[in-house]
Amino acid sequence: MADNHPLSAEQIRQALEQWLEVEFTFILVDDLAASIAALPRENQDFLLGWVRRIATTNIQIAHQFALRAISQLAHMDRRMIEAWALHAMDTYDRAGSSPAFKVINELDNFAQLSHEHAAGALFEEVGGILLTFVRGLSGRHLKLEKGEATYTDSETLFLPAVVAQMREAADNFKLCKAMVALLWAQTRFGTFRINLTEALKPYPDSDKALKQFHALETLRLEACIGRELPGLYREMQRLKTETGVSLPAGWEHYAADLARPEASVADSLSLLERVYPGAAPDAVCYQGELRLDAVAASIATRVEREKMLLRVKLAQELEKQTIETRPDAPSFDVKQIAADDRSDLPRMEITLDDAPIAPPDGVNQLLTSIFLDLGEIPPEYLVPAGPGEYDSSLLDEKTQDPDTVWQGTYHEEGASLYPEWDFGRQHYRKNWCVLREKDVKPLNDGFLQQTLDKHSGLVKHLRRTFEAMRDENRLLKREPSGDEVDIDALIEALADARDGSEMSDRLFMRMHRSERNIAVMFMVDMSGSTKGWINDAERESLILLCETLELLGDRYAIYGFSGITRKRCEIFRVKSFDEPYGEMVQRRIAGISPQEYTRMGVAIRHLSAILNEVDARTKLLITLSDGKPDDYHDGYRGQYGIEDTRMALIEAKRSGIHPFCITIDTEGRDYLPHMYGAVNYTVIADVKELPLKVTDIYRRLTR
Amino acid sequence: MQARALTTEEYFVETEPYYEATGDEIAIFEAAYQNKLPILLKGPTGCGKTRFMEYMAWRLKRPLITVSCHDDLTASDLVGRFLIKGGETVWVDGPLARAVRAGAICYLDEIVEARKDAIVVIHPLADDRRVLPMEKLGTLLQANDDFCLAISYNPGYQSVLKDLKQSTRQRFVALEFDYPSADLERKIVAKESGVGTALAEKLVKFAHMTRNLKGSGLDEGASTRLLVHAGKLIASGVEPIAACRSAIAQAITDDAEMLAAVRELSTSLF
Repeated sequence: MADNHPLSAEQIRQALEQWLEVEFTFILVDDLAASIAALPRENQDFLLGWVRRIATTNIQIAHQFALRAISQLAHMDRRMIEAWALHAMDTYDRAGSSPAFKVINELDNFAQLSHEHAAGALFEEVGGILLTFVRGLSGRHLKLEKGEATYTDSETLFLPAVVAQMREAADNFKLCKAMVALLWAQTRFGTFRINLTEALKPYPDSDKALKQFHALETLRLEACIGRELPGLYREMQRLKTETGVSLPAGWEHYAADLARPEASVADSLSLLERVYPGAAPDAVCYQGELRLDAVAASIATRVEREKMLLRVKLAQELEKQTIETRPDAPSFDVKQIAADDRSDLPRMEITLDDAPIAPPDGVNQLLTSIFLDLGEIPPEYLVPAGPGEYDSSLLDEKTQDPDTVWQGTYHEEGASLYPEWDFGRQHYRKNWCVLREKDVKPLNDGFLQQTLDKHSGLVKHLRRTFEAMRDENRLLKREPSGDEVDIDALIEALADARDGSEMSDRLFMRMHRSERNIAVMFMVDMSGSTKGWINDAERESLILLCETLELLGDRYAIYGFSGITRKRCEIFRVKSFDEPYGEMVQRRIAGISPQEYTRMGVAIRHLSAILNEVDARTKLLITLSDGKPDDYHDGYRGQYGIEDTRMALIEAKRSGIHPFCITIDTEGRDYLPHMYGAVNYTVIADVKELPLKVTDIYRRLTR
Repeated sequence: MQARALTTEEYFVETEPYYEATGDEIAIFEAAYQNKLPILLKGPTGCGKTRFMEYMAWRLKRPLITVSCHDDLTASDLVGRFLIKGGETVWVDGPLARAVRAGAICYLDEIVEARKDAIVVIHPLADDRRVLPMEKLGTLLQANDDFCLAISYNPGYQSVLKDLKQSTRQRFVALEFDYPSADLERKIVAKESGVGTALAEKLVKFAHMTRNLKGSGLDEGASTRLLVHAGKLIASGVEPIAACRSAIAQAITDDAEMLAAVRELSTSLF
């Protein structure tokens, strides 16, 4: 029952005491409760709801949030307060409590508020659209991320969590778009092609010089955008007028000079000499910052990497092209076919001994990126790499052996990051789980033969039932249309016609070809608790399953999961979708061995992602498990884990996957309906029955 | 033009279709035709494959029989079948058999969509035997000297199920089509739709933006055909941004976020 009477200070105090665990933390909540009691009920509910949710993450942050948020209710709309709270919790997850306190206490860094009750553009809401927008523009394949300011390192564009300089949400979105476009223009029109750190050194006041240079360069880039994207240029001009920033006296002249189509970053730099004695102009609203150290670091690694990558690709191309060894050195060259329009990037054509060749995968993108950095493709980039000449870690992070990475200090390198649902917070914890795929160590101990011998009767039975399931091609008779005339039907129809009764029009035969279009993912619990009987039963079930699935021709994959803590989630590859069932897979099944804990949510998210790459009409995710989700020491056990698993399953269902759980946990009925839904699970009382049941359940599910 | 009914082998392309060659495809097609070699056209949708076939049919003065293949298209749909007329069964030729008899150009559009039996039935026609087995009649149909087989295929759909088998593709002379170069595409859009060169150039630029998004959420960028559609709308007085939305953005995606992003691209451009 919702009623609209404001809560009393006493009611609020009791609630706060409970959530903030006053008994242990000794936080004084009386004043806080009194000021919340003065708010209208709607705001009370909103505020208290967030205090409760934040308190599940960190009590002190929740307390600070409550203190600050009361006054902010007047200045920000609720979406922004929510974003602020979530941003604080994300920061806590990522960097710990003191940066999170900073987010709460230094609200000005979070949102530059110049209006009462502003409706800001939140990164979460606009990021997706703007990323697609910037990818549509020509040039390097850029990334877009949330950062503490608006800047780029020439590879990733950073936008703040909230942009709220304008009053209206729509204008704030336009502002974000303008920011993104300007950062894109910096990478596209060669702002970083000159070493700016060096170029600005002669100026004694480096901050001032950087500001002035940035202002000049912004003028030049605005003109570039004006030529390329006139619609956006008009928007930018409007934003500029509305925020009331105008050029200092005398700068119109510089603006006109920099607006020439042939103006480059060198022109901005030479103008800087003239401008430097004067004052730095105010920054335009979409200007952001220039962070030269970030740019320098990014360019340094990229230039090296891309040079090597191009040379390796050319070497691979050469291997494909020439069969016999050639005495003369092959010579690659790049021809630039300049577009007639100056603003377009030149089209580049790779030639081998003067004959054009089709560019290998990704090389066009690579050439563009190199061209943007250097303005040309230097000849030494076109020398194919010799054997053993390069450091493979430069090319591909994923080639690293998963086990060695664990030993390093930086655990997250090369792994997949997944979010996790925090039910207390009612929101995801971003990039919370670090997951790696590993191979199961194959074991050659005759397990396959033992299993087949042990269950020989069952195997025969299963083969028969599954063969009956095979949906074979059938000839459908008496159809209204088809490939051939159904003579029986025709004779009958003619007889009917002579007889004076109505003649059927179903006179044809048609071949019905059915395809079972099913892809199934088996997710096998490899936690320590499966040791012994359960592990044996799981492995036997998998062998029988594979034997029968081969009959049906359904596509299937088998992965095991385990891990310890969120930083070390592991997925074990037993059989991928593309791999045929053979000796190797059989040995890997035999090699499935109990590992550590059961963090289910992240495993479901990862395997759903793999399953979703398969093109099939029906997609099944079947979990073989022996108990509740559980993990070591970080609260995953219990309701948190169940809720996260449930959320992961909901996500899977939304993407069109049917999850199903087979468990031997006799208490499974208590929590499985909540996670999988009332009908999507089976509890098997006797472990020994597992091999029979699993195949039988599969048959029922896919019938 | 008045509507009129034609049998398929009477369909001659009478006026010269507008076609801009992007390379030596006309000469190769003609040489293949003289040598009775079948032709495979590869390329993304809307880049001019069908227009090219019409142009070649006009140039070679042969009737053009086009079959758009779909996933229920069987061999009988191509070769023919028995139908019932007044209590008797009557054989009716399918479009491929008609083309073989009449010496027409038979163009099987999106051949990979057809069923496997329909794909293999063209094998004997596509090598030097040039015969069409009519299984149900128990006869072999020897092709007319003027007969020509052409198929099209879009390698962009990266699905294992939609791949053309080697045994099929290695019978054909292959011509690869891609979107024309920016200059040529601008010329085509301007000529086909009647918008000015400046607008045509912007449309082409817009198409390039959407083609940049291939792989980042779009299966395929805007085709030349869509640009022509948008150009025609603009020439009839529709606002460019609205024309881009209706003729291009909505045609290439249903995803709300992608639509919003494409819209931002078009508002930036015009």
